[in-house]
Amino acid sequence: MAEHPLPGGATAAPSGAPAPDGGRRSSLADMGKEAGLAAFVALMLALPMGGFKTTEAVTGLSLTFRPLFVLVAVAFVFVGRIVLIVLRERRGAPRGDGGPGLMDRIARGASQGSTTIGIVILAIAVLLPFMPFSSRYLIDTATTVLIYVMLGWGLNIVVGLAGLLDLGYVAFYAVGAYSYALLSTEFGFSFWICLPLAGVFAALAGVLLGFPVLRLRGDYLAIVTLGFGEIIRLILLNWYDVTNGPDGISRIPRPTFLGLEFTRRPAEDITAFHQYFDIPYSGEHRVIFLYFLILGLALLTNVFTQRIRKLPVGRGWEALREDEIACRSLGINPTNTKLTAFGLGALFGGFAGAFFATRQGFISPESFTFIESAIILAIVVLGGMGSQLGVVLAATLLIVLPELGRELAQFRMLVFGAAMVGIMVWRPRGLLAHREPTLLLYGRGRGAA
Amino acid sequence: MTQAASRAAADNGALLTVEHMTMRFGGIVAIDALSFEARKGEITAIIGPNGAGKTTVFNCLTGFYKPTIGRIALNHPSGTMLLERMEGFRIAQRGGVARTFQNIRLFGRMTVLENLIVAQHNALMRASAFTVAGLLGLPRYRHAEQRAIAKAREWLDKVQLLDFADWEAGNLPYGAQRKLEIARCMCNDPLLLCLDEPAAGLNPRESAELNEMLRSIRDEQGIGLLLIEHDMNVVMGISDHIVVLDYGRKIADGTPVEVRNDPAVIRAYLGEDEEGDLPPVVSDTMQAQPEATDDNTEMA
Repeated sequence: MAEHPLPGGATAAPSGAPAPDGGRRSSLADMGKEAGLAAFVALMLALPMGGFKTTEAVTGLSLTFRPLFVLVAVAFVFVGRIVLIVLRERRGAPRGDGGPGLMDRIARGASQGSTTIGIVILAIAVLLPFMPFSSRYLIDTATTVLIYVMLGWGLNIVVGLAGLLDLGYVAFYAVGAYSYALLSTEFGFSFWICLPLAGVFAALAGVLLGFPVLRLRGDYLAIVTLGFGEIIRLILLNWYDVTNGPDGISRIPRPTFLGLEFTRRPAEDITAFHQYFDIPYSGEHRVIFLYFLILGLALLTNVFTQRIRKLPVGRGWEALREDEIACRSLGINPTNTKLTAFGLGALFGGFAGAFFATRQGFISPESFTFIESAIILAIVVLGGMGSQLGVVLAATLLIVLPELGRELAQFRMLVFGAAMVGIMVWRPRGLLAHREPTLLLYGRGRGAA
Repeated sequence: MTQAASRAAADNGALLTVEHMTMRFGGIVAIDALSFEARKGEITAIIGPNGAGKTTVFNCLTGFYKPTIGRIALNHPSGTMLLERMEGFRIAQRGGVARTFQNIRLFGRMTVLENLIVAQHNALMRASAFTVAGLLGLPRYRHAEQRAIAKAREWLDKVQLLDFADWEAGNLPYGAQRKLEIARCMCNDPLLLCLDEPAAGLNPRESAELNEMLRSIRDEQGIGLLLIEHDMNVVMGISDHIVVLDYGRKIADGTPVEVRNDPAVIRAYLGEDEEGDLPPVVSDTMQAQPEATDDNTEMA
């Protein structure tokens, strides 16, 4: 970690000397200035964030100053900035310019070969629980990833295809979860009856939200949906008679595999999964079953979205995203088109919610805060709006990155935030931003620009 | 009211009859008691100096604005429709009134072909039984889609954009985008096609091509065309009938020759002059239209 002072920063170099290769090259003084500025910003940030540490003293807490930490941070930024400048100039072109970069080509290749990549990913996903290295923790994490993949795909209909910025998507997730929880605990319906009902209720909520916001676009729509998300959460919190308020709903029934329960000692008249198949009981059976359940639900979402994108409704959504006025001039009913997008997006949110409820066995309004909406939206935006594969990539990144970062303890969220900022700087339109046409006249390889 | 309107429309064979249409925005009268007709198989041009209210007329006809006063009757095969009472998108959906926009409005990130398929949205929606048949992949929908593609292909061929079918519409050159917008309207099987400055920003060769295209649409499709245009070569070359607006009022209405020689029109375009005797020079300038060339260079 020893940082040596660099030449150039302090000692003024001959300024303005043109580079021998004729390329545009800033002088050392410029370089020093730019790096110095970055270092100054780093100083201002590092001083309050890491420069002081609270330590326990006899009299209580006291602050100790850590000059070394600040110094290292500043030096790191200074050197890093100079390395960046050098790299930038060696490449010749100014940043953000030039032809399609490597990542653009990858994005394009990925979207064109999405069937192949999809099959490979699916194969990995199916085989994951049976791998020798697989563990309960891994399957659990994968299940969480899949929930977010499914939510991302659901929201992708609303945000990615129809272009309606929805900051309250978690509301539908909550409606689905509570629908399942209440229907199963109050009426004793099985999971497979509750699942579609939860979806239907969520879709109804989506249409309900859709009506008042039909006239709104962009930022205004985002604010109203944000409000809707909060309203649902507050209702869940305060309607104590029905939702049990902040205490949440517990003892939500677990799903069964064709009526077979995943319990060690089932009730007298019920056969358990392990008894039926005559295998020793293992707690992992349920985990694996839940994993496959969400895998199936997510796949359903994906197949549905892929298919509907190529239907008039789907094209109508995309056209609406591109230009609503042109849509109206072509006789497309913007009301219906938006409502179907809201409704179908919410439907899948509801399915995911029902799954969440049955997986956790306990839900409370705390699981449905705004940060969830933000994460789901981040998955869609980070993945590249409208890109199905991008959602998988982004969801994996967003869920796995904080998991991996557990070692970093309190810096976990800092690294996570930095990674997100980095991705958005590097790929402002998302990781896989390439849009694949829904139909081609000549097929691939000709004409497409 | 409706009966009277339909009788009136049937009497003179007009496709579109606008009667006493007035559009006020607060205290501003954008259109003042405008009446005119557009016929089937004819090109009707609406011209006038900047700010005369031409685009406002289009916005009223296509349902983007509701006129404050007045009646817009469309002589549809299924009966007369009063457009001022219809919801915006229904005018295109049921009435078959299609329009293009002054600042082109294509679906930029969708391909050229997709743009033309989206234009056939309502027909395809019905064929897909509002998505159900489409999701199931029933042959009924697949055939309808094939027909839609065939129709799109036909129009792409007509506007010479067949080679660009799989391009993103936003990447097309300007002139091609204009043509695509017209093709997109035509895929919607309109009765009346409203074109808002289709020649703006086109070079003379493209402009001549446009003339040819509009004529062939008129003659082959037998639909009515309504045209807002500054380029007098286009207006005088292809219009059958011209309506001149100034400050929202109609100041002239007639054939190109009549309009060209109308003193009120010349006054509106070239400023107040001595009443009556205009030097022939002025009359000639009208034909060349300095304003139009200005527009062109500006846009290009």
